[in-house]
Amino acid sequence: MATAEEVAKAAERRDIRDRWLLSAPALLVIFLAATGPLLIVLVYSFLTPGSYGDVKWQFSPEAWIAVFLERDIFDDTLSVAAAHVTIFLRSIKLSVVTTIATLVLGFPTAYFMATRSEKTRDLWLFLITIPFWTNLLIRTFAVLQIIRNEGIVNTILLKLGIISSPIQILYTDTAILIGMAYVYLPLMVLPIYASMEKLDFRLVEAGYDLYATRFKVLRKIIFPLVKPGVIAGSILVFIPALGAYVTPSVLGGGKNMMLSNLIELQFGQGRNWPLGSALSIAVMIIVMVALLAYVRNAGKSGVRHG
Amino acid sequence: MPDKPDRNAIEVVKVSKIFGSGEGQVAALDTVSVSIRENEFFTLLGPSGCGKTTLLRLIAGFDFPTAGEILLYGQDIAPLPPFKRPVNTVFQSYALFPHMTVAENIGFGLEMLGKPKAEIKARVDAMLKLVKMEALSARRTSQISGGQQQRVALARALAPQPKVLLLDEPLSALDYKLRKEMQIELKRLQHETGITFIFVTHDQEEALTMSDRIAVMSSGKILQVGSPRDIYDRPSERFVADFIGESNFLKAEVVGVSAGRATVKLSSGTEIPASLPEGLVPKGKVTIVVRPEHAQLSAASPSASLSGTVENIVYLGTDTHFHLRLADGEPFIVRRQNSRGTGDGIVQGGKVGILIGGDAAQVLKD
Repeated sequence: MATAEEVAKAAERRDIRDRWLLSAPALLVIFLAATGPLLIVLVYSFLTPGSYGDVKWQFSPEAWIAVFLERDIFDDTLSVAAAHVTIFLRSIKLSVVTTIATLVLGFPTAYFMATRSEKTRDLWLFLITIPFWTNLLIRTFAVLQIIRNEGIVNTILLKLGIISSPIQILYTDTAILIGMAYVYLPLMVLPIYASMEKLDFRLVEAGYDLYATRFKVLRKIIFPLVKPGVIAGSILVFIPALGAYVTPSVLGGGKNMMLSNLIELQFGQGRNWPLGSALSIAVMIIVMVALLAYVRNAGKSGVRHG
Repeated sequence: MPDKPDRNAIEVVKVSKIFGSGEGQVAALDTVSVSIRENEFFTLLGPSGCGKTTLLRLIAGFDFPTAGEILLYGQDIAPLPPFKRPVNTVFQSYALFPHMTVAENIGFGLEMLGKPKAEIKARVDAMLKLVKMEALSARRTSQISGGQQQRVALARALAPQPKVLLLDEPLSALDYKLRKEMQIELKRLQHETGITFIFVTHDQEEALTMSDRIAVMSSGKILQVGSPRDIYDRPSERFVADFIGESNFLKAEVVGVSAGRATVKLSSGTEIPASLPEGLVPKGKVTIVVRPEHAQLSAASPSASLSGTVENIVYLGTDTHFHLRLADGEPFIVRRQNSRGTGDGIVQGGKVGILIGGDAAQVLKD
């Protein structure tokens, strides 16, 4: 006869085994869909490019060298790949500015939403999500219609006589910025709103009561308490902004490339899959480093709830 | 501290507050006027929805009156935002800042006032000592108990030395024993700091224990203002008598008025003296109130004010409640303090007389 303890142990073992079995399909999908392709990209980055795309199964560090350096075609000396560096810096700069712009626009929006009555809050939330119903490419073309030389903005300004010739917005960094800020704004608003909705507005009253002006209340009470939302929103905007492809290709006109466009170029016309792979991994590393630095920095003075 | 009973810290002059608009508008306060003296422990007492918290919020500046003035030492503060009023609040929920330590919470007001660091530190230390929280100054507010949070909330509101401290039902979240302790603690703090306290509560016992004066509120109006003894012994309206303590209401007819007192005829035909609320000259039929402990039982006799039948006797240790039914069918309760070894022959179903003494009855306005 098995003792009660043995029975319990056997049951527990069975339980654990069942859990693994039940989650196996999900784990398999996650492995194949997420880790698998990543491993392929990592392996490709150390191979030699084939003449018509694809790769030759031959080890080569050339792709990694080419991420930031350029080999002179005549004497094989290495120099900094100015084009790549420019694109890296532009991508990082545009992503950072996009994050800041969406934060500046999104924070008051989230505050506005969170301070509405409970019924109207849902309506605002619904309105914020409406852009997601339309394809990203179409939304980007809509922005193009607004800012192009014959677009609404320029037409109105011309008609009003404020300007005498159209302002060139399209195919500049500004155009990319406007497009990205528009596309990623909901990703900033939603997490901040989620934090803000949980904020106890009696704390705001307590702040006013204790002689804090509106600005001080914002800085000393509201901001520290919704910081988790601000961090989440910034991450949600920064990462896709750094990897944005559609917006810079449509609004930047292929002239002002961002990282994704550069990577796409390597897999397409460039026929240099290893370099494309190496660039992809490099972007991932940048994102990871930036995130770690950001979270650590933000966490230092951050909120420690309960 | 020299008492200056004539100086008013706060004067509320004909203040109304209407929420909403059109059909759905609600008057939370209806032309309320009241003066609160310097260094006074003043209580706004009333059931929920009577407007007491609204009045407090108007004084704090979280809401603005629809009409009327609020004077702080003679200056109209009604249009000022809360951060420009030398008035601090202890919130019902405490509203301590969760991202700050106990000491940071207490120092917040002083920091916002731009006081030098050394002064803030000295003041925070003094406050921590005042509320006996020195040992926990570096804790987060989430790491301390409800009673301790209460003390921190008090210290935070007292630290900037406000001219008036507003307390919005601050004890309602505490358990009974702690509440008793804090009642005495609040009274002590008020004495030590000499700050005018305006305390909001729906708990009559709390109000009677702590207040110098009480304003009883109902449906957006102040019904009566007076010392706890005044309010209890001389309620001016039925609502006040009913809300505070137990009451016997009797129908009576005024037969004579002289020098602030009236003679009224009870349903039994007996005439008894009764006090009048200030400014009332009653005529005809009135209601009078008699507190259960202010009436005495006697043997049934024609000389008793009233007579009735004993329906129920409830023994409560320190005293006994006699539930009577009067000859005209109205209920009447007499409360008598117990002494040892009394067996007075009053039994359930027996007939008794009720004596209402010279100062026991009070005529009500309504």
